[in-house]
Amino acid sequence: MSDIQNYTLNFGPQHPAAHGVLRMVLELDGEVVMRADPHIGMLHRATEKLAETKTWVQSVPYMDRLDYMSMMSSEHAYCLAIEKLLGIDVPIRAQYIRVMFDEITRVLNHLLWIGAHGIDVGAMTMMLYAMREREDLVDCYEAVSGSRWHAAYYRPGGVYRDLPDSMPKYKASKWKSAAQVNKLNEVRSGTLLDFLDDFVARFPKIVDEYETLLTDNRIWKQRLVNVGIVTPERAMQLGFTGPMLRGSGIAWDLRKKQPYAVYDRVDFDIPVGVTGDCYDRYLVRVEEMRQANRIIKQCIDWLRVNPGPVITNNHKVAAPPRASMKSNMEELIHHFKLCTEGIHVPEGQVYSAIEHPKGEFGIYAVSDGANKPYRLKIRSPGYVHLSAMNELTHGHMIADVVTMIGTIDIVFGEIDR
Amino acid sequence: MSAKLEVLSQNLQKHLGDRIGSLQVALDEITVDIDVADYLGVMTILRDEPELRFEELIDLCGVDYSAYGNSEWFGKRFAAVSHLISITNNWRLRVRCFAAEDDFPSIPSLVPIWNSVNWFEREAFDLYGIVFPGHPDLRRILTDYGFIGYPFRKDFPIYGYVEMRYDPDQQRVIYQPVTIEPREVTPRIVREASYGDVGNV
Repeated sequence: MSDIQNYTLNFGPQHPAAHGVLRMVLELDGEVVMRADPHIGMLHRATEKLAETKTWVQSVPYMDRLDYMSMMSSEHAYCLAIEKLLGIDVPIRAQYIRVMFDEITRVLNHLLWIGAHGIDVGAMTMMLYAMREREDLVDCYEAVSGSRWHAAYYRPGGVYRDLPDSMPKYKASKWKSAAQVNKLNEVRSGTLLDFLDDFVARFPKIVDEYETLLTDNRIWKQRLVNVGIVTPERAMQLGFTGPMLRGSGIAWDLRKKQPYAVYDRVDFDIPVGVTGDCYDRYLVRVEEMRQANRIIKQCIDWLRVNPGPVITNNHKVAAPPRASMKSNMEELIHHFKLCTEGIHVPEGQVYSAIEHPKGEFGIYAVSDGANKPYRLKIRSPGYVHLSAMNELTHGHMIADVVTMIGTIDIVFGEIDR
Repeated sequence: MSAKLEVLSQNLQKHLGDRIGSLQVALDEITVDIDVADYLGVMTILRDEPELRFEELIDLCGVDYSAYGNSEWFGKRFAAVSHLISITNNWRLRVRCFAAEDDFPSIPSLVPIWNSVNWFEREAFDLYGIVFPGHPDLRRILTDYGFIGYPFRKDFPIYGYVEMRYDPDQQRVIYQPVTIEPREVTPRIVREASYGDVGNV
């Protein structure tokens, strides 16, 4: 009998299914994966080191660039860490706005995930549908922050400004006629909350539509069911959090177990998987989109009737309003000190974690009393999940590697940092 | 201190006793310092003891204390800080372990206790040069292939030592010494403890 040896295959870093810049060295026995060795760091920007050279507030936009598919969630964890160290309170309206945008972000993230996962496994249409809905939600980002992705909207002490009264509108161009533009602008004629209300009413039907395409689809099930099974014990041992942990049947959600912001005031359910395979994780994430939709609706209703400040009036943390800065000596000094030196955060260390769409996103900050962090550690969920790649793919066919990358929901901005 | 933290700190005292170097409670979080000799034993108890039951290791990172605060740092330089979470009891704990030597920092690996720590230890090794004996595969992870130095140490400049560019003459990518000038927009200032006290407003 001839001697058959395992062979090694290089996957990525430029591969459409690598979701960015993942390089994997796969050891194959025929078509069966015996070992997967992910090589990461192609997108390493040393965010944590850069943050040590910037004032606390200057690093907020870096947080957007970590997980560039769910931007505001990372800002939330960072702002919570600073607020906890400073010991300041955030106005209740700002907390509702944060929860609302966290959930918008969750939908944004899961929409991209379902689209990308669909393409990986061969369901081309999903990407087109998911992008259609994402468009509406990034419009909300644009309305509050002026930016469609990298919002820098959350600030220590609250959010940058209150929700706007108008939405950005389409203009007629050679690609869109006046009639088309009018139709598109119809829902955009009111405030941001009106627009979101309309979206929230439409969205459950849209998720139903996705599910008719995927949930009972034969090919989808053949590719996902019983692929990448993780038992609850292994999931904990491997450090899984978020949908990866819930897919394995553990009802663990920081929004319920260790509530932050106003998650203890809104009503929602935690979906849990049974077998812990890729299909369960798919079902969990789809249900999370529906639950996020419910939370957004509750926040809209609350925000409509409860006006108030959206950022702390402590001007040692947040800059005073422009008008009072121009007319009041004290406020001018505050403004000057904030802009030239930044916030001084008391000495101490803090870990703040939030339920990011991908899992537990944590910020470990060490302050020595300076205007810059002494050490900032970003605990990104994708990093831990990817480290389990070897165990997940072991013994599976090579085609399942792509399914596994999809089910982990990889974004390299947060893995490489 | 909340009732829950009270219970956790009592349980820690009960099961670890004098193996706790120090136990600090601040901002609703508990930090324990563990001596490097007791490290593995303590971590195993933290995982297995039902009254503690930290099933998951959430995070482990290196810290370089050499530039801490305004005055000179006299303590040990490198530490590995890990964050544990208990799903059963719903509490968190921070464990800090200083490496005994500054020149060759070494802390036992936790991979046999929590498999999730694998890449975190590789990262701490890559960025801080902390060695973890017992780790199955201690390689660099985030920096470039063939990278020299430990970039997150406080004495490593933010601009690094080398830069990379395409050289049209040699028709390949080459490394050369950095050509950019160091620049600091906002200086780092440590004020006295009460400065910027937000409670005074």
